[in-house]
Amino acid sequence: MKQHILPALKLTFISIIVLAGIYTIAIWVVAQVGPNHGIGETVSVNNKVVGYKLEGQNFTADNYFNSRPSAAGYNAAGSSGSNKGPSNPEYLKQVQDRVDTFLVHNPSIKKEAIPAELVTASGSGLDPDLSAEAAMVQVARISKARNISEDKLNTLVVQQTQKPLLGLFGTEKINILQLNIALDKLK
Amino acid sequence: MNTEIFGVVATFIITVLLAIPLGRYIGKVYSGDKTWLDPIINPIDKLFYKAGGINPTKEMTWQQNLVALLVINLVWFLLSMLVLMNMSWLPLNPDSNPSMSADLAFNTTISFVSNTNLQHYSGESGVSYLGQLLLMFFQFVSAGAGMAACAVVFKAMKEKNSDKLGNFYVYFIKSCTRVLLPISAVIAIVLLFNGTPMTFQGKDQFISLQGDTVNVSRGPAAAMVAIKQIGTNGGGYFGVNSAHPLENPNYVTNMMENICIILIPIAMIFALGYIIKRKRFAWMIFGVMTIGFLLLVIPSIYQEMKGSNAIHKMGLVQKLGSMEGKEVRFGPAASAYWGITTTVTSNGSVNAMHDSFTPLTGMFAMLGMMINSFYGGVGVGFLNFYIFIIIAVFISGLMVGRTPEFLGKKIEAKEMKIAAIIALLHPFLILVGTAIASHLYAQNPTAYAAWLNNPGSHGFGEMLYEFTSSSANNGSGFEGLGDNTPFWNIACGLVMVMGRFLPIIGPVAIAGILAKKKYVPESAGTLKTDTSTFAIMIFAVIFIIAALSFFPALALGPLAEYFGMR
Repeated sequence: MKQHILPALKLTFISIIVLAGIYTIAIWVVAQVGPNHGIGETVSVNNKVVGYKLEGQNFTADNYFNSRPSAAGYNAAGSSGSNKGPSNPEYLKQVQDRVDTFLVHNPSIKKEAIPAELVTASGSGLDPDLSAEAAMVQVARISKARNISEDKLNTLVVQQTQKPLLGLFGTEKINILQLNIALDKLK
Repeated sequence: MNTEIFGVVATFIITVLLAIPLGRYIGKVYSGDKTWLDPIINPIDKLFYKAGGINPTKEMTWQQNLVALLVINLVWFLLSMLVLMNMSWLPLNPDSNPSMSADLAFNTTISFVSNTNLQHYSGESGVSYLGQLLLMFFQFVSAGAGMAACAVVFKAMKEKNSDKLGNFYVYFIKSCTRVLLPISAVIAIVLLFNGTPMTFQGKDQFISLQGDTVNVSRGPAAAMVAIKQIGTNGGGYFGVNSAHPLENPNYVTNMMENICIILIPIAMIFALGYIIKRKRFAWMIFGVMTIGFLLLVIPSIYQEMKGSNAIHKMGLVQKLGSMEGKEVRFGPAASAYWGITTTVTSNGSVNAMHDSFTPLTGMFAMLGMMINSFYGGVGVGFLNFYIFIIIAVFISGLMVGRTPEFLGKKIEAKEMKIAAIIALLHPFLILVGTAIASHLYAQNPTAYAAWLNNPGSHGFGEMLYEFTSSSANNGSGFEGLGDNTPFWNIACGLVMVMGRFLPIIGPVAIAGILAKKKYVPESAGTLKTDTSTFAIMIFAVIFIIAALSFFPALALGPLAEYFGMR
């Protein structure tokens, strides 16, 4: 055993230098030419940062497209899912409450039209996206709150919908921050 | 909906297409053959040999190789405890995160040294940047050590009659510099350009469109996420792992990270075929593993896309499927596919919350870890499978009334004893651990109320999952479990340490003993190990030992929940 202690110590030392040191610094150097120098891409409106491009944020007001429920309250410094099991009665009541709240704010919508993703919490608590259905179902409410025609809003949603990768792989989605920024610009 | 299925099918096909050439490359690396990376990496390896005082031509016996592995792991253990318990005042801590308590540091240290990456802390608030880089270092070396152990077994399987089985240090260094480091660098750079941060600046703050003040955690994430996936580590930079938009920004990165999860585990099988010059044997193993994998992944994807029964009863539309704990940019199919790939290998990173999976998907994820060798972790996955091969050879030998032989070596009582102990160790650790935890909880549900996030059989599932994940060195969790307590930190730490090192020691010992035995040339009566009959035999052994021993526990957990929800 003794003859292995010294090599183990030395090897650990050199491994730290190469694998934790040089590797990290090399990636960091590449990051300097990457998007926003690797510090995270932001989105600005009128030269003011209003969010991070990749991270979702909370929209609860009637005149914005609302984001998905979040177990983290959209705290981008403490991501979290709900970790509720599918049979948990307390959880099912929570979902039911969200449905009821949604119906109060969107009186023209029937329960059968609410897509489940709009009343269930995301994995990260920072989901930046909505499905097309989850956006469409909110159009009537926003139209009333902003006095913009439903047709215009429907067009906006279709414009903002991102197709699956290469049209072939994965889901359709809409970035909620971009959608609401575009909504604010709509007259 | 169909685009979701296309997405996961494409991911799997690309993985296999990449794993075949990578396997040949790894085979060349361990055999010492020439590869195209030699001109760049030979000098780096020389630096390692020189700095470490290692003579790369000196071969060691299986015992010496194991001692080398254990000693260096002990050094890593002490180093990690030291840093994690003192990081609050050490450099690179812009967010002023605290040091870990002794029990949490013990758990985290073992977790990362053993390639498990079970995390009882949250990345944003529980470690400094120095801590993250240290953990990233362990993600490299624990994977490298596992691959090195596997390389020793490969060498032993090749030897006709020898007790010299290569040099652990050489295999370890080569695994790090020639496999893990170059692939990680490529992955990290792709992630970077897709928006994953790589910075040493602390938290940022902005005011959202709606007027809320939001803090944003950042850090040197891209470098860590790459090795997290390629080394079947799975320890995320951020709390929610690859569900986090900064850690896994879009569908492209999701496919790439998911490919990385099972890439080296599959490649190791083809590396074996190259090293021992038995390609058919490698394809037989790949076939058994793939059928097992598909049997778990297909029903899981189906279940998640179908949606939750309870939500359906509420009268809601689940056009996408079950979306609790999932991200819209991945969808249920890619989330379920990830959930199974990450549990059949010992990766343990997640892109959706496993606690919120529908009951059967949660069960298939657990089964993946209970079997722990459908691909398995880098290196160690094959070692687990090796045990099942030995048992299958032995039983088949008895059935035809001949002395069991494997690759020209007689399997005798000593090897079988080791194989049986290792095969039973995994169920033992999981079931005893879960039984103790359940007993404590049932005795005093109010004192331990903070443990479980969900009542009933799902709550039992949370405890079962935690021990399964620890013993399989997986690291994912039913994260509702309130696991940062001395009981869970210490119990899981002990299970992880046994679940890591005994299943390395066992196969290396068997392979070492076999390598020394006299070589018996194949004859007409030799059991052929590269046939479909033998493949069925292995499958039966895995099913009986690994799957059935867990059936009662699964019946109390996810199965009870499933039938209760119908």
